[in-house]
Amino acid sequence: MLDAAIIGAVLASVVAAATTLLLASLGELVAERAGTLNLGVEGMMIVGAAVGYVTAYGSGSLLLGTLAAVLAGMALSLVFAVLAIWLATNQVASGLATTILGLGLAGLIGASFVGTQLAGAPQLHIAGLTELPILGKALFGQDAFVYVSFLLLAAVAYTLTRTRIGLVLRAVGENHAAAHALGHPVRGIRTLAVMFGGGCAGLAGAHLSLAYTPFWAADMTAGRGWIALALVVFSAWRPLWLLGGAYLFGAVSILQLHVQGFGLGIPSQFLSALPYLATIIALVVISALKHGRGAPASLGVPFVPDR
Amino acid sequence: MRKILSMAVAIAAGFALAGGAPAQAAEKLKAAWVYVGPVGDFGWSYQHDQGRKAVEKHFGDKVETTFVENVDEGPDAERVIEQLARAGNKLIFTTSFGFMEPTLKVAKRHPNVFFEHATGFKRAKNVSTYNAKFHEGRYVLGQIAAKTSKTGTIGYIASFPIPEVIAGINSLMLGAQSVNPNMKIKIVWVNSWFDPAKEADAAKALIDQGADVISQHTDSPAAMQAAEARDVMAFGQASDMIKFGPDSQLTAIVDDWAPYYIERVQAALDGTWTSTDTWGGMKDGEVVMAPYTNMPDEVKKMAETTQAAITSGALNPFKGPIYKQDGTLMVKEGEVLADKDILSMNWYVKGIDDKVPGQ
Repeated sequence: MLDAAIIGAVLASVVAAATTLLLASLGELVAERAGTLNLGVEGMMIVGAAVGYVTAYGSGSLLLGTLAAVLAGMALSLVFAVLAIWLATNQVASGLATTILGLGLAGLIGASFVGTQLAGAPQLHIAGLTELPILGKALFGQDAFVYVSFLLLAAVAYTLTRTRIGLVLRAVGENHAAAHALGHPVRGIRTLAVMFGGGCAGLAGAHLSLAYTPFWAADMTAGRGWIALALVVFSAWRPLWLLGGAYLFGAVSILQLHVQGFGLGIPSQFLSALPYLATIIALVVISALKHGRGAPASLGVPFVPDR
Repeated sequence: MRKILSMAVAIAAGFALAGGAPAQAAEKLKAAWVYVGPVGDFGWSYQHDQGRKAVEKHFGDKVETTFVENVDEGPDAERVIEQLARAGNKLIFTTSFGFMEPTLKVAKRHPNVFFEHATGFKRAKNVSTYNAKFHEGRYVLGQIAAKTSKTGTIGYIASFPIPEVIAGINSLMLGAQSVNPNMKIKIVWVNSWFDPAKEADAAKALIDQGADVISQHTDSPAAMQAAEARDVMAFGQASDMIKFGPDSQLTAIVDDWAPYYIERVQAALDGTWTSTDTWGGMKDGEVVMAPYTNMPDEVKKMAETTQAAITSGALNPFKGPIYKQDGTLMVKEGEVLADKDILSMNWYVKGIDDKVPGQ
């Protein structure tokens, strides 16, 4: 029952499913490494999905739609940044408010587009490579969002660990008082990090409404923003682990559908709970293995300069 | 999160309605709808809202309607319904199974307000219940699938293992078996009513495993879109989804609540409203089939004949003999399954090679 064609199809679906999560969580990881916990991912994602769809539908250009989605995610994250960073409000409350605002706004923006659809983002096709058995479609037959997610991941991993900008960003997240004393603009850096997170969330939303299921429906993110938040913790704030986490989540969510289709009689409720079970297990393992590399020390603490 | 949102909306709606009630508006009948999802889901809540819009159109100035969307099932619903009752609504439709207890509680405190609860089974003096026999439509789908499928395998995307969904699977399978006794079905539960990406994944998984006709009991058009992209056939759900599958949609089961809503609002206006239990089907115009498309004429003819037979009552999808998976006779020859047994169905018919989840 398991032939190469099915395995290849499963792998291709896993890559697509993981990409949304990877994009959204990558942005949040950067925001959190700079010390800001933004629970507004779900809201920024859905606004990205709505604005991206509406723009692409109106202009006929998927690229324009994607850009608009990124900008929309950034704009909403800026609202959060003003509240949580510049007015030093409670980050959890501000983040939740951002999600609620985003869900409402997106519903409003997309209201008159319910029941329409677009031709989705095209998939890569390289003669000879895409037809390769098993890995061909997964590696060489995806839409642009997938390849962008890999580029972004590499850029973030490199910047965080190998550049001065990354060092400063991490310093701001670990000890904002010290970074401030050294003359770094803590709130400015945090704002930029949060905006990067908003842009990534908007891009993840566009992946849903322009490529994955190219139509608009209210609440179409269906909680993926929250999974992205969990993944950041799951990855212990490390980009490469994040890649592993996103693909693990993607794999379990696709495989459970296939297992059901084969009629093996495993309860579907159990299968649906598997990704979350995996998160809990990973959290336990991470905390047991802690090499002193947990959350950024200043995460969630508002910074108010004394002079 | 949702709770805060819907509460705020309910309170705002309460103020808005209570504020704008001059003496002459008293002649207008105020009716309100409570939805579990967003009106933009293009599925369950969307169709209820189409019904509400039909009421507005039909009655014009005589009726004033309002709605609250995204209401969580549970204690939150009680606050929303209470607000709507206090705001002067005389007829309140609560459109999800989980609103049953909250509706009854609020109804007790407002004996002069009429309540209508969809898909529930508990009634009171001022609480009616209503639902539609969607499984009637699924029997027709099963027949079409058996005629159209080349692989002999139907893919079914299911939401939650509740009687309504299980009855739908059984009815579809009985329809399929009436044409081809060897039809196979693959069932995937997504444990959600609405998650477009997951519904699309489920459709792709079923297609990868050899299903070439996709049926769904979830609310978004994602599965139809996936079927169109992969060149297999599919059935729409709740709404006519032909735009999402111009070359794939065979037909769709469309929930049309408009006739029922108009009838009930009329009764409230006339003062003839009483507590009733309505389970309408094809003959009441509540279960409507979208045009039969993308199929040969002979299949279309068969579908139309079956639909006419169900509408006239000549054919009942759950007519005996019906056997359970293990071969137990559940419905004897010449008998039909009673409504109460359909509403509590928790077993698969013979020929389904799978288990009901959790059993």
